[in-house]
Amino acid sequence: MRKSDALSDRLDRPWRKPPLIKSPWLRRALAIGVTAYLAAAIFSIEVNWLRVYEGLDRGAEFIMSFARLDFISRAGDIWSGMLESIVMTVAASVVGIAISIPIGLGAASNIAPLPIYLICRGVIAVSRALQEIIVAILLVAIFGFGPLAGFLTLSFATIGFLSKLLAENIESIDKAQTEAIRATGSKWMQWINYGVQPQVIPRLVGLGMYRIDINFRESAVLGLVGAGGIGATLNTAFDRYEFDTAAAILVVIIGIVMALEYLSGLVRARVQ
Amino acid sequence: MGLSFPGQDARTRGEAVLKIEKLVKTYKTGDKALRAVDMEVPQGQVVSLIGPSGAGKSTLIRCINRLVEPTSGKVWLDDVEISGLSAGALRRERRRMGMIFQEYALIERLTVMENVLSGRLGYVGFWRSFLRRYPQSDVNEAFRLLDRVDLLEMADKRADELSGGQRQRVGICRALIQDPALLLVDEPTASLDPKTSRQIMRLITELCAERQLAAIVNIHDVALAQMFVQRVIGLRFGVIEFDGLPTALTPEVLTAIYGEEDWQATIRKDGESEELSA
Repeated sequence: MRKSDALSDRLDRPWRKPPLIKSPWLRRALAIGVTAYLAAAIFSIEVNWLRVYEGLDRGAEFIMSFARLDFISRAGDIWSGMLESIVMTVAASVVGIAISIPIGLGAASNIAPLPIYLICRGVIAVSRALQEIIVAILLVAIFGFGPLAGFLTLSFATIGFLSKLLAENIESIDKAQTEAIRATGSKWMQWINYGVQPQVIPRLVGLGMYRIDINFRESAVLGLVGAGGIGATLNTAFDRYEFDTAAAILVVIIGIVMALEYLSGLVRARVQ
Repeated sequence: MGLSFPGQDARTRGEAVLKIEKLVKTYKTGDKALRAVDMEVPQGQVVSLIGPSGAGKSTLIRCINRLVEPTSGKVWLDDVEISGLSAGALRRERRRMGMIFQEYALIERLTVMENVLSGRLGYVGFWRSFLRRYPQSDVNEAFRLLDRVDLLEMADKRADELSGGQRQRVGICRALIQDPALLLVDEPTASLDPKTSRQIMRLITELCAERQLAAIVNIHDVALAQMFVQRVIGLRFGVIEFDGLPTALTPEVLTAIYGEEDWQATIRKDGESEELSA
């Protein structure tokens, strides 16, 4: 009897998906709070419209310079800067990924003992907390201007990025497969090689390719603080107001990033 | 427990491969999965473990090879006390217990051959296994086993290309290549269709007979168990409720094992008739 009462209570009444936040009070307070913050934020932006008006000309000049790219007059600088950037990217990616793998294993809570887990998570936290530019400024101060500082910066940044994402991927692998390998009496290294590695390889390859892409783009920025590479050439071009050379450098960077994107698509399609 | 059934002598025939004494497992959540389980399995006997979900079947077989660490109690494989072993000695003993899984638990991205050969991991060194340079005798045995389960031509296919029944046959090869004394089989047919289920159960029992292997088979399908095994153990709330011949499984016995389920089914029937009359 009670069962049919429960049903008749519900019949002919609209049904809605239960809200994410149960309390209607909290729901409304959050909505009002977010709106108020957004409004306050927008009104607090101070724009000097006169300055913008004056700057428009310079912006236009820079954009127009893309119509007359100058690869020629600084060809030597562009070439050597680009080469330096590519060497920096490849070296930093290889070293960074090689270091990331053991740290990623250590930072996965389902395979690492607690003390190792905490140490590896600590390394990742430090690497992620320090922004590339800050690290680059520090390393330039230590090692002087040039690509060595850039290489070290990118390696360091790669560790924070790749270890974290690898560790999270390891934490979500299929437990049954690892159990099956453990049940054979395998040693720890064999267990990782058979039970864990095949499950994370596609993700590791994808992340590695993505990180190479990021490292190349970062190398263009790091030059601005003296850490070598194409960024240094770009910085010089800006300093000399050679916007057509700067535009040419940007076009080359865009071309290389797109080529990397295409390459990474090919590689990921093969490793499934 | 305490009840006596015809065919109880099935328990004590030949030398025991596996002995379990007062095995208890209490999970951190306070969930008492096993409460003092005692059992013995002689060489060559295939035992099926039945019981409702949550009765502790899965926990029991995982406590034997210590994929789950028992809270207390003892487990012997032949003369070796598994429950007291150090990590290294446990790895060596695990080689003698082959395990077959519910969802096959094959390494999806590796080939069939790599999956079968992974059963030898306990016997070969790291570099050999890393480079996939297994001893010729292991390779031969892997091919022989694949031929035995009619999968020889699939040897170099990737595991995720196979059908459910084929995958489970690879899983069986992986367990057998360990050259085990005991098979631990966890719901081998749960994700298979009825026909494939029978084929897999037949294959497991045939292989056990060929090799004089003892096996513990967790299974939901009581009829399937009755068809193929020599002895049935019924588990309920972590306690053995029945231990005897498959033919001794009467409706009363099933009520004793699956009691609460039946009771609920009865109630629901009453409720339905009530609604009908209302």
